[in-house]
Amino acid sequence: MEIPYTVQNRPDTGLYNAKLGIWLFLASEVMLFGGLFSAYVLLRAGAEPGMWPHGWLNVTLGTVNTLLLALSAITTLLAWAACKVRDFGKFKFFHACTILLALSFLGIKSYEYHDKFIHYEIALADGTFADGHLKEKSADFDLKKKTGTVTIEGHIVEDRKELMDLRTEEAKKAVHKEIEIKAADIKKMQNYGPWHNTFTAIYFTMSGLHALHILGGTLVIFYLWGPGSKMWKTDPERFTNRIEVSGLFWHFVDLVWIFLFPVMYLT
Amino acid sequence: MQSNVQQFPPFREPQPAHGHDDHGHEHHEPGFWSKYIFSSDHKVIGIQYGFTALAFLLFGFFLMLLMRWQIAHPGQPVPFLGPLLAKTLGPMAAGGVISADLYNAFGAMHGTIMVFLGVVPLAFAAFGNYVVPLMIGAPDMTFPRINMASYHAFFLGGVVMLVSFFIPGGAAQAGWTSYSPLATTIPTNGQAFWLVGMVLLITSSLLGAVNFIATIIQLRAPGMTWMRLPWFVWAQFVTAFILLLAFPPLEAAGVLQLMDNALGTSFFLPTGLAVAGKVGEASGGGSPLLWQHLFWFLGHPEVYVLILPAMGVVAEIIANNTRKPLWGYKSLVYAVLSVGFLSFIVWAHHMYMTGMGQKIATFFQITTMMISVPSVIILTCLFLSLWGGSIRINTPMLFALAFLPMFGIGGLTGLPLGLAAADLYLHDTYYIIAHFHYVVAPGTIFALFAGVYFWFPKMTGRKMNEFWGRVHFWCSFVFMNLVFMPMFAQGIKGMIRRMSDGGVNYSAARVPGAIDTLPGSVMELNTWILAAAIGLGLAQIPFIINIFWSIKHGEKVGTNPWEATTLDWHTPTPPPHGNFPQQPVIVRGPYEYNAPGHEGSYAPQAEFPAATHGHDDHGQPAHH
Repeated sequence: MEIPYTVQNRPDTGLYNAKLGIWLFLASEVMLFGGLFSAYVLLRAGAEPGMWPHGWLNVTLGTVNTLLLALSAITTLLAWAACKVRDFGKFKFFHACTILLALSFLGIKSYEYHDKFIHYEIALADGTFADGHLKEKSADFDLKKKTGTVTIEGHIVEDRKELMDLRTEEAKKAVHKEIEIKAADIKKMQNYGPWHNTFTAIYFTMSGLHALHILGGTLVIFYLWGPGSKMWKTDPERFTNRIEVSGLFWHFVDLVWIFLFPVMYLT
Repeated sequence: MQSNVQQFPPFREPQPAHGHDDHGHEHHEPGFWSKYIFSSDHKVIGIQYGFTALAFLLFGFFLMLLMRWQIAHPGQPVPFLGPLLAKTLGPMAAGGVISADLYNAFGAMHGTIMVFLGVVPLAFAAFGNYVVPLMIGAPDMTFPRINMASYHAFFLGGVVMLVSFFIPGGAAQAGWTSYSPLATTIPTNGQAFWLVGMVLLITSSLLGAVNFIATIIQLRAPGMTWMRLPWFVWAQFVTAFILLLAFPPLEAAGVLQLMDNALGTSFFLPTGLAVAGKVGEASGGGSPLLWQHLFWFLGHPEVYVLILPAMGVVAEIIANNTRKPLWGYKSLVYAVLSVGFLSFIVWAHHMYMTGMGQKIATFFQITTMMISVPSVIILTCLFLSLWGGSIRINTPMLFALAFLPMFGIGGLTGLPLGLAAADLYLHDTYYIIAHFHYVVAPGTIFALFAGVYFWFPKMTGRKMNEFWGRVHFWCSFVFMNLVFMPMFAQGIKGMIRRMSDGGVNYSAARVPGAIDTLPGSVMELNTWILAAAIGLGLAQIPFIINIFWSIKHGEKVGTNPWEATTLDWHTPTPPPHGNFPQQPVIVRGPYEYNAPGHEGSYAPQAEFPAATHGHDDHGQPAHH
């Protein structure tokens, strides 16, 4: 038994099966991310005045990542075009670039995540807030027993709201220095993980889901670039189709980032 | 063999491999595991889905029986099953009594299992998988291995759901709708299991939906134009689109709720949320309404996922047994497309009670009234198809005929619920329960029974026993109505759903003299409903025995015992791997019964030119 149109287009639809399949899958993905973006809109619109964060993410790193993905979109396209003109060497080169670009993206992303996980907001007993990156904890540091100290590189503010908009001139002027805080003075200490507030929650969820898509796409492209490229010798046309289909997925993932970047980093 | 058995020439010899990925299937008989468990054949997968879904339906039914016992006799140990419950579920069923928490768990899981593990897999995945490729003349689904993965994801999702009963704290208890913040604050990990299970089920339905749509678009046999598709295929096509596009937002919502439950985020938790008198640790700032929007964005289209395939089954059986074409085929096609489209813009009619505002409520009232138009067109076409037919009565036809008024009752009682003013009173009462169960239980499930009786001869080459089929029908029909009809009365009298005591605390007996309490006559109905539910359970015994007995001992029939026109009845029985010995070519519409200019009472949709001309590749689509 053979399934028709696995490689050749069906004349009346002009599509081979997998190409239709991936477009349907992407339609479903649009709805998945659409649901998450509408969640973002509702959460942001429903936030208390002044409590939606601005400028919490590193725009430079975000821009670099955007450029990396944009470049990878180009190399993906060129890799497919190389297959179309039956130039296997060029295909190998361009998709090697795609994989390296994708891995760099993930590297930068993990650095950004790490930066958030060592960034603490500490509510102090006197009602002020210390905010900054963790330098060290003393060996006997224990919040429950109220022993030891913690050192952060940051600053102290009177009102939590001052931590919300980091784009203002005032916020930029804040001097960050090493602060040592006794556990006994700490009411609550929490890092900027997903649990911090609804912004970090939606940021981690959406960028995390996007990163998983990048990872999945990279694995597929790596497979087609490495062990899967054996098919080039037996059935180059089918192989080219595979590159096209995985490329369509990759472009979609890039496109999601094109929306995520301004929504999360720039506003 | 009987004389009406259609003869097929011997199978085409397997062609030499073309470098495609058929890893030598043709050279050896596959073993048990690859034939029944890891099969990529759409027919085996359809049967896998069918049996699993029927088992889940039975399980969901038992959950309901236990709940009905608790409602009729609150606080009394469950007879027979009580000790077993106490043993397996521990403190939640201490002494064999269903605690309020356990009642909630049963309620949530009854809904979840019936919808996501019972009806949808049976209506869409089982019948769709088995019948759609046969009807359109395809050798299999477009992506057979993805099809297999779809079943495995479904099975795994079911296992996760079942396991959640036995964890400490028990299964999810926030209703099948899992409203936040309730779903996050109930102290059980059952909700996390529920969410993981749902993600698996959504994955399964995504893989299935992609496969169905691609198959219907790409693998129609030559001559199978869109307007020659049997209407069943249209119904499945629209259903697949609904699953493809409506489920992902629930997946998004599921991920967010899982984050709330596992990582302490506050997507759906408002600021200052206090649980058990204490303000929680969560950051707050979330929106409980957001969950409801995301849930019902799936939840309402899901209703049409439950009903459209059932309507498709009924349409096929009615056309076949009235021995004349469906009335208004084109209207049916455009109606089902309209239903599919409109189903995406009615979801907030489940949320009138949330105070979302008059303007939005008005919008959703209008769209809700609009969607009833194509639904009524479908039902009217099916009714009119009966007109002037010389109707053949058999078990599938009885179930299909009963579907029409039953679904009619379910649909018409929905109209008051679509209008905010009436809904405010009826919301969350037993009236709602009666309404949607009339759509799904005597509606969809009757249609599915009809489908099982109708396609059983295709799957096995034998008919199910007609006498016991009719016993099954009449008992189910009577008891089904005795179960659900009284609930309308209870709901109108103000009995609220999801009460583990069946309304005792609001009864006139408990609080004499208070206004608007539930009178004794309404409370008494609980006992009657329990009796009817037990009767309904007993009525399924002939069906269960019939289905297993007939596999081996049913009356042997030919390939086309119902004298049907559609292509599924013009393959060998049971169809071999690859379905069609020759490439079928479609020459006419799907319902040419007693058409002028044809001998006999029906004209098959397809011809097999290769059989007459004797060379195999004639009409074979190019794929090399």
